[in-house]
Amino acid sequence: MYTYDQYDQTLVDERVAQFRDQTQRYLDGQISDEEFLPLRLQNGLYVQRLAPMLRIAIPYGLLSSRQVRKLAEISRRFDKGYVHFTTRQNIQLNWPQLEEVPDILAELASVQMHAIQTSGNCIRNTTTDQFAGVAVDEIEDPRPWCEIIRQWSTFHPEFAFLPRKFKIAVCGSEEDRAAFLLHDIGIQLVKNDRGETGFHIYVGGGLGRTPVIASSIREFLPQKHLLTYLDAILRVYNRYGNRDNKYKARIKILVKAWTPEVFAQRVESEWQQIIAGDKDGLGELTGREIERVKTCFTLPNYKIVDQAEADAQLAALAQDNIPFARWLSRNVRDQKQPGYSAVTLSLKPAGVAPGDVTDRQLEKIADLADQFSFGELRSTHNQNIVLADVLKSDLFDLWQLAKADGLATPNIGTINDIICCPGGDYCSLANAKSIPVAEAIQRKFEDLDYVYDLGDLELNISGCMNACGHHHVGHIGILGVDKKGEEWYQIQIGGSASKQAALAKVLGPSLSRDAVVEGIEKLLDVYIEHRQPEETFLATYQRIGMDKFKERVYAEHS
Amino acid sequence: MPNILSHGKVIDDHWILLSDEDAIPAQGDIIVPLSTWAAQREVLLAREGAVSVLLDGQDEVETIADDLAHFPMIAIHFAKFVDGRGFSSALLLRDRYHYQGNIRAIGHIIRDQLFLMKRCGFSEFSFSAEIDLHAAADSLNVFSESYQTAADTAEPLFRRRR
Repeated sequence: MYTYDQYDQTLVDERVAQFRDQTQRYLDGQISDEEFLPLRLQNGLYVQRLAPMLRIAIPYGLLSSRQVRKLAEISRRFDKGYVHFTTRQNIQLNWPQLEEVPDILAELASVQMHAIQTSGNCIRNTTTDQFAGVAVDEIEDPRPWCEIIRQWSTFHPEFAFLPRKFKIAVCGSEEDRAAFLLHDIGIQLVKNDRGETGFHIYVGGGLGRTPVIASSIREFLPQKHLLTYLDAILRVYNRYGNRDNKYKARIKILVKAWTPEVFAQRVESEWQQIIAGDKDGLGELTGREIERVKTCFTLPNYKIVDQAEADAQLAALAQDNIPFARWLSRNVRDQKQPGYSAVTLSLKPAGVAPGDVTDRQLEKIADLADQFSFGELRSTHNQNIVLADVLKSDLFDLWQLAKADGLATPNIGTINDIICCPGGDYCSLANAKSIPVAEAIQRKFEDLDYVYDLGDLELNISGCMNACGHHHVGHIGILGVDKKGEEWYQIQIGGSASKQAALAKVLGPSLSRDAVVEGIEKLLDVYIEHRQPEETFLATYQRIGMDKFKERVYAEHS
Repeated sequence: MPNILSHGKVIDDHWILLSDEDAIPAQGDIIVPLSTWAAQREVLLAREGAVSVLLDGQDEVETIADDLAHFPMIAIHFAKFVDGRGFSSALLLRDRYHYQGNIRAIGHIIRDQLFLMKRCGFSEFSFSAEIDLHAAADSLNVFSESYQTAADTAEPLFRRRR
């Protein structure tokens, strides 16, 4: 993984000192609440319903075991002994004290971590595929490009006060696991006729109140121009994005208002002027820098393994052990290296808020990473953890250890692998609670045979239309709404965050919390009755349409 | 005369800021809104005393690109400190139009923005709030290094790393 040199370390250390000074001046009454707001937000600090919340950056989801142990220690020392993994591959502490945040940031800096730009109207953490570097369908490892973008976006002098938050995702594979078309900028790694890697650039995607799928504005951008082109996009947005109405301030609104064609022309014109003014090409990425960053993401020291033998041993173990077989089928996937697998540790057992882990579990996860996966792990936008480089012959041992710590629930990709925001239990923006809904669904669908029969099914819950739980792109999406002070839930179906991205459509009038689980059951009944062999819920919906689902759910209400 | 921060030093300000309704004085260095400059260009150039133009958030630097030689200073107004458009305006003046005079931030700005503003090419700061300018000057140098190219450095860090 990327390791800080003296420059990177100096910058995060100076950031800690800067925020310590700012916090002190705020506490001394020298900075108003209004003026402290963007300063704290750009250091990850929200003021929430019950306490401040601190969002810590995990650049493109990559963590070392040492960093995870530090997070465990921080959560114990400064918080209530647990952390929450978010849909942007970051983590949140729900109970820090404002006065102690500079100390937390200093602890983070000691393990090359920070909370820089995890909130506020600035460029946020760049996200990517949790299987980056090991995915079988990969064109090129996206992580070096994410790191290059991280450095470019960190304290970018021109873009610290954008009209609104700004999110970038990079996809390096055939299948999309980064939801890159739902970002302000989505970058797809592509190869041209000469076999050179470049970037297909999309803009204006996003969820929130006005969900939009991103539009292509440039099909092939050569590598060296990545940062100058990003400068051009951000400059056009910074100058012309709407600043009067925060609900119309995201870049997607500007792209829509101008049309993607006009937006692309404006960016092209700005970019041409940037390049023309940079006669010596100083803004262009150098081959040396690209190489420097790439060498941080080299392959681990894999063992040479007889693949067939490893597979045979695994099959034998699975035959005698149904729970292990279930875990293999849902939580383990092949990766590039023969004899190795990528394992997803589920952070979604029933009864726990999706994405929450305790300090002890974090330490266990760090131990598992050290023992089985070269000391590295990844957070996923589905709020789970991936150990990417596990020997197949170690899978059984890993499963037993993970199971003992509640990290082996065999539910990845099923209806119980719910993406869920913190909701009204924690978040001051929320209209409704989301965690109890997730729990009710997980409790209802505990029968694993039934869950597996349902197959791949993405169920996403947001407690308000800001859509942190990505409800628009769930196969089934649930949105908390406020009706005269009561919490109701709108059901949407047919969304997808894949490359064939689709936005879910509203099923009908919202349901009371008591009726949500029953409504979901009816949707699943319709699916089971109408599905064809091997057809997923999403595919069945796409074939038969909304009406049959709608009729069933609202039959008794009408 | 109010104090301002200029190139890191606290100095007395000699510029007079005019609104579009003020009469133009015969003498003295004046800052006028873009609309006044557009309407009374010849009058402003004929009088004694220097003239500077005030760009608001929505004003495009492109509109004064051909006039820059007339201005020893250009002022960029911040109605709200979180309006980042002025950052682009300053950087364009330096990078695209090679403007060498002073660029002054005026209005609702806060000291915690100074480092980034300086990088975008601002050299002077006139705060609407009464603050300790000597203390504020510390915020100009909170970071010793930067990743990106900007008005203060043509080479991004990746070209300077050792």
